[in-house]
Amino acid sequence: MNSPVWPLLLGRFEWRDLPFVRAIANPSASELVGAFAGGLVVIGAIVVALLLTRYGKWRYLWTEWLTSLDHKKIGIMYIALAFVMLSRALVEAVLIRGQQAVAINNPGFLTPDHFGELFSTHGSIMIFFMAMPFLTGLINFVMPLQIGARDMAFPWANSVALWLTAGGAGLMMASLVVGQFSTGGWTGYPPFTEIAFSPDVGPDYWIWAVSLGSIGSTMAGINIACTLYKQRAPGMAFMAMPLFCWTSLCTSILMIFAMPPLTVATALLALDRYLGFHMFTNDLGGNMMNYANLFWLFGHPEVYILILPAFGVYSEVVSTFSTKELYGYTSLVLATMVIAVLSFTVWVHHFFTMGQSANLNAVFGIATMTIGVPTGVKIYDWIWTMFRGEVRFTVPMLYALAFMMTFVLGGFTGILLAMPPLDYLVHNTLFLVAHFHNMLIPGLLYGMLAGYHYWFPKAFGFRLDEKWGRIAFTCWVVGFYLAFMPLYVLGASGMARRTHEIFDPAFRPWLYVAMAGAGVLFFALGSLFVQLLVSIRNRDALRVFAGDPWDGRTLEWSIASPPPEYNFAVVPNVDGRDIFYRRKHAEHQAAPYAEPYAYEDIVMPRNSASGVAIGVFAAVSAFGLIWHMWWLAIAGAVVVIAALVTRSFGRDQHRILLAADVAREDRRWRAVLAEARAISRHTEMTTANQGLAER
Amino acid sequence: MSKTATEIEQPDAEQDDTALFGFWIFLMSDAVIFALLFATYGTMTQATAGGPTAAAEFKLLPAFIETLLLLTSSATFGRASVAMKYDEPRRVLFFWLFVTLGLGLVFLGFEAKDFADMVADGAYPSRSGFLSAFFALVPLHGLHVVAGCFWLIVMIVQVRVIGLDRRVKLNLLRLGLFWHFLDVVWIAIFSVVYLGGHIA
Repeated sequence: MNSPVWPLLLGRFEWRDLPFVRAIANPSASELVGAFAGGLVVIGAIVVALLLTRYGKWRYLWTEWLTSLDHKKIGIMYIALAFVMLSRALVEAVLIRGQQAVAINNPGFLTPDHFGELFSTHGSIMIFFMAMPFLTGLINFVMPLQIGARDMAFPWANSVALWLTAGGAGLMMASLVVGQFSTGGWTGYPPFTEIAFSPDVGPDYWIWAVSLGSIGSTMAGINIACTLYKQRAPGMAFMAMPLFCWTSLCTSILMIFAMPPLTVATALLALDRYLGFHMFTNDLGGNMMNYANLFWLFGHPEVYILILPAFGVYSEVVSTFSTKELYGYTSLVLATMVIAVLSFTVWVHHFFTMGQSANLNAVFGIATMTIGVPTGVKIYDWIWTMFRGEVRFTVPMLYALAFMMTFVLGGFTGILLAMPPLDYLVHNTLFLVAHFHNMLIPGLLYGMLAGYHYWFPKAFGFRLDEKWGRIAFTCWVVGFYLAFMPLYVLGASGMARRTHEIFDPAFRPWLYVAMAGAGVLFFALGSLFVQLLVSIRNRDALRVFAGDPWDGRTLEWSIASPPPEYNFAVVPNVDGRDIFYRRKHAEHQAAPYAEPYAYEDIVMPRNSASGVAIGVFAAVSAFGLIWHMWWLAIAGAVVVIAALVTRSFGRDQHRILLAADVAREDRRWRAVLAEARAISRHTEMTTANQGLAER
Repeated sequence: MSKTATEIEQPDAEQDDTALFGFWIFLMSDAVIFALLFATYGTMTQATAGGPTAAAEFKLLPAFIETLLLLTSSATFGRASVAMKYDEPRRVLFFWLFVTLGLGLVFLGFEAKDFADMVADGAYPSRSGFLSAFFALVPLHGLHVVAGCFWLIVMIVQVRVIGLDRRVKLNLLRLGLFWHFLDVVWIAIFSVVYLGGHIA
């Protein structure tokens, strides 16, 4: 059982690489947890396949979704992926908290290696396969609608980027079923992840999953930037773009410049592991500090890749639900740009303790604190936007408020950590873990959830259930405070992060509180799924086909919900900010729903299977590399190249939507619009809301 | 108003513009990769671990010949672009594309010989951090040239099979940008790695 099964075909696979075999051989709690997780993946896949077959939905799924180049569907698929991965990584968080709560002066229920895998997958998934797909999906769905475009600049590359990311996520799931994951944390620091200390497949899973995600994100970044530079509707100046578009632009620029360092770091680590290079090894001139620098040259801008889109969501949400123009638009744009630039000047603060001079640390410490200034500007701008506004406490607005208070708290602890002398004291403790969760949960997750609630009616044509939305919101907030405030105390008391067993009983009460918090967070996620089911069941009552449920301000609310494939029957002309709101509420402006004089034929891209093929076979090739199944690695790469070349020869890649059909679809929506009863803002959370705002 | 089926397959001038702009951004991202590998190489020039050094291993003459080959191939690609732009007879375009491809392949041959000589001399990547950094940087450029040659072959076939429609032209323009970009990177490699290795 401890030797390769059939090396030529299966590489270094052994029977004991299957968690089920391990669990039978050694039925400990740790192995049973692993086998259960692996079983869940396998059974889940089988159940989904059976359901698709039972209801005959394979063709629908393939033609309407998987092969679609429609930016809206690609955006929705990204977010679906994010929710699946969020569920897994949150369960892992509960297991981590559970282990630490019981492992006080005893080894707990997880082995040290299993615990190491859990915090590595939790971090890697949350960053690369929850946060990145979520924000990329949201930008994909919303941004073209906001700038009056019919699609992204490169619809096909958009599909490839999605499927590369999905391929990486698939490798993460595969690591549950075959072999094990890295125990080197989400940062994968060598020399620990070098072949000398981690000869197993774990770090290889990490390297290739992250690399696929990284390449996908680089492509997404190029696409988003090009779309914003080149596809804006006539008349839309840069300073007329909604703020979400500005933060998307800055995020995409960061992706273009910050993902390459990650690709370089993982590729060099792969050279070390596969070809015996000495880039980061202990011996023969390797230098792991290069890895630390490369990784954080990506890692710090990444923080702002994650946070800026959420800032954009909050700007839209706060303005809409305060019924006021965004306060300090120009300062928000400038602050976003400044944050994007400064984010490249602070990476050393992730390793103050690694031996560079005090002066260098001081420079990076000061640069770090400087980022607090533009961020503070933003917080004040949002507060001033609410000031004397008619604030409506919808679910997205609640998230925005929770964000403002919680994020400022996290910012303060960030300023503390930016001081090198203090950082030396709490480096690598739970204080740091508390800090970055304190930034990313409000600064990313709440923002994405606010965006999910805000734009869900636009995507699917019905609102999400309010009651369950509020329950989920309450749990996310209460759960966060319970789970992470104790970690500040524990970290300041000296408890190291990633500790498998705890020897100080004084930590016990705090660990219990944190465990309870994790439970509440788990319930919060469950509430989100309940909310989705309840909303789907009540979709007829929640319907907002007319398209404007929140008295919206920007272009995406001026069209039907869900929007037609081509978004705008006629591309709008834009002459300033909040164009839709101004047209609704000013007499001398053109009417918001003016019927076009004439309809034209519209050219849209046809579906393409090559994006799916490239993503899937890139993952297959990576799987071959991980397991040293060289034939599989080569075969996968050949398919990827063949798909690329085939695509470049193809010529029948667009189709025409006839003007008459466009007109018919548009008039059907206009008929509903004419029938819909306009509602006041106070009744927007009731079933009276049909998506038409009072003028 | 209606467009014919062949018309919709062809991007208009505005889309061409967007496509080229996107490719420029991609090259910028690729340039960041090379910049980081140069920086990494710069930190590891002394990490020879008692093994072969730069001065002992880097042969200037072949590197100089490789430089000339690559620069000439950029000029010939430029000539091919001119032939495409002014609709010169198809054989002129083919001629210059094949010359470019030939120069690219000869460059790769010389480079492969360089690497083989180094390995035979005991200067292989797993010998030291310095050689690892060298073999991470320079062969990556070589791999780019391999990809460029493969792309060139695909484009020659496309010109032959499809003709010069707008998309083929667009992809030739992109390939041209890529090819010239590889020149720029090579000049940096020649200056920093080869000449730098001898100065130090």
